Amino acid sequence: MLDFLSRMFGREANGSKNIAKERLRLVLVHDRASVSPQLLQTLKVELIQVISHYMDIDEEALEVTLDSNENQVALVASIPVKGMKRTTRSLAGSI
Amino acid sequence: METASKEGELALSEVIVVTSGKGGVGKTTTTANLGVGLASQGHKVALVDADIGLRNLDVVLGLENRIVYDITDVTGGHCRLRQALIKDKRFEGLFLLPAAQTKDKTAVSPEEMKELCGELRQEFEFVIIDCPAGIEQGFRNAIAGADRAVVVTTPEVSAVRDADRIIGLLEAAELRDPKLIVNRLRSRMVRQGDMMSIEDIIDILAIDLLGVVPEDDMVVISTNRGEAVVQDDRSRSGQAYRNIVQRIKGEAVPMMNLDEGGLMYRLRRMIGLK
Ligand SMILES: Nc1ncnc2c1ncn2[C@@H]1O[C@H](COP(=O)(O)OP(=O)(O)OP(=O)(O)O)[C@@H](O)[C@H]1O
Ligand SMILES: [Mg+2]
Repeated sequence: MLDFLSRMFGREANGSKNIAKERLRLVLVHDRASVSPQLLQTLKVELIQVISHYMDIDEEALEVTLDSNENQVALVASIPVKGMKRTTRSLAGSI
Repeated sequence: METASKEGELALSEVIVVTSGKGGVGKTTTTANLGVGLASQGHKVALVDADIGLRNLDVVLGLENRIVYDITDVTGGHCRLRQALIKDKRFEGLFLLPAAQTKDKTAVSPEEMKELCGELRQEFEFVIIDCPAGIEQGFRNAIAGADRAVVVTTPEVSAVRDADRIIGLLEAAELRDPKLIVNRLRSRMVRQGDMMSIEDIIDILAIDLLGVVPEDDMVVISTNRGEAVVQDDRSRSGQAYRNIVQRIKGEAVPMMNLDEGGLMYRLRRMIGLK
């Protein structure tokens, strides 16, 4: 009876709007990223800057993509390391 | 608004484009209601139908039998702007520049639209442009001469997604801070959790809300008659459009409570669910 009442008078958690919101959120992550292809490029450049403080990386082979499956979008970066910098330890220690 | 007034331009004149991305969400209805609403308050308003090839604004306004020239006749130099503007006899100050029905979107260029808007600015306080659906040249043309933009959406995934895309394109075209109208809201469905609420949509799109128009049969009934629902004192959609008109003029009008008066709302209150 209570269930009937709450369905009758609306309980947001059960409604389809949450499905709509979630789908919209996901699709917009992609849309917004693809509206500006520069975004990934800028991200790449800044990633290289940061990581270069700590290690030598193969900038040419660096790959950054947005990966998605049904309910999650992940930023996937593949960054081949050519060598570690000698300063790494002291830098890391100071953080 | 503070548009820099060049020689001869009205200091207050403003060019507003009504966009959406997705088709059929209510751009033309919005344009007509803003125009009639502003004109009935004594403002001089030009409505421009930029949906070339799919002329609609004329029938929505009930002016379809009076068209002689259209927008492409003006930009093509076949007639003067004044000749193509149709005066709405019901409202002092309301004029329509109709779209061409037999041409396509490439019949006008963004530069020509800019020039046209500049010319309209000299005589009208408000120039409101009805944008076609899509993001192609018709959209580019419609926004070319605008100072600000209104984005119309409905509370559905596809419409909000397209609105998001349009907002991105508007900002890329330097039309900053577009304002949102959510049309065809069904408060019963929102209450039941089966339709995204205004908060949900604003949260996702992150833009300012200009107004909310409920789903209302009176919109269709008025349109059937070639009238604008904004003139209907008794309808809720008419009230919603009147509020939007005031906000366009810069007044702060509180959002109307779309819930109140609903049977469910009252029942919910009675049993303490609200
Ligand atoms: N609030 C509302 N309640 C009920 N019906 C509505 C409402 N708003 C618009 N409509 C109806 O929806 C239909 C589409 O509206 P309209 O023509 O204004 O959309 P549009 O965005 O201009 O479409 P297009 O992209 O084809 O130009 C019309 O039949 C109109 O009467
Ligand atoms: Mg239309």
